[in-house]
Amino acid sequence: MRKIVAFLAGLVFGLGLLISDMANPARVLAFLDVAAIAEGTWDPTLAFVMGGAMAVSALAWLIAYRRSAPVFGGSLPGAPRQSVDARLLGGSALFGAGWGLAGICPGPALTAAGLGGAPMLLFIGAMLVGMVIYNRVDRMLTAAPA
Amino acid sequence: MPQDWLNGLIGGGLIGAGAGLYLLGAGRIAGISGIAGNVVDGLLDGLPRRALSAWSESLLFALGLLLAPIPFLALGGEIDIRIAAGAPALIVAGLLVGFGARLGSGCTSGHGVCGGSRLSRRSLAAMATFMAVAIAVVFLGRLV
Repeated sequence: MRKIVAFLAGLVFGLGLLISDMANPARVLAFLDVAAIAEGTWDPTLAFVMGGAMAVSALAWLIAYRRSAPVFGGSLPGAPRQSVDARLLGGSALFGAGWGLAGICPGPALTAAGLGGAPMLLFIGAMLVGMVIYNRVDRMLTAAPA
Repeated sequence: MPQDWLNGLIGGGLIGAGAGLYLLGAGRIAGISGIAGNVVDGLLDGLPRRALSAWSESLLFALGLLLAPIPFLALGGEIDIRIAAGAPALIVAGLLVGFGARLGSGCTSGHGVCGGSRLSRRSLAAMATFMAVAIAVVFLGRLV
């Protein structure tokens, strides 16, 4: 049952990215281009998408906090960690640089994998290589004596 | 154009619903970089039996994303994927997104949609950072 839930959750998440047009990199870049505000051509759509997504997700958290376990077994996530450290901020900065460069982040990339042709597949390939590199670097850092 | 914000709200609501379904049904966070990273790590590091079910859930979530265009197009949805970046920029961007999101423990979905909506300090700090850097990169792109 958990596996069916995982598949359906991905499907609904992807449909949301398609309906909101966030699977389209040009649309994401049009939001990030804040200099367009002065020109009157700025596209605020991403803010509505994020607002809608966070509102529904917040509701799910409120329900989750009242439950002791997920509906189909396992355990709910614990309280979030508190430490804002260099890895968090450095990683987010690198991620933001890549996101601004192409207008693509992981969810839209996977959702549009079959629609975006060779350029999207190139991005996805590079993204997976980036994750492989992280896996190796992380292992080296963890193995090194502190 | 006038109904774009409405499609954004509806689509956003569905994104939140997908994340909520994963949370309440399976107790898991719908962070796509974490999900993809979990699949990649499992392939690289091997999978002990106790990690197999979590790994297959990640794979199935990713499969749901990959197949989402099928019902979307079948229901008459239209989308035009426009990618302005050239090949070198796409490679650099992909490497940065993949490595950075793993190092920072999340991307737009995990820190943004999921962590931000429970007001996690780390997620709010991550969101502020990647939004600011992405906006700066797009602005610099105007100058060159």
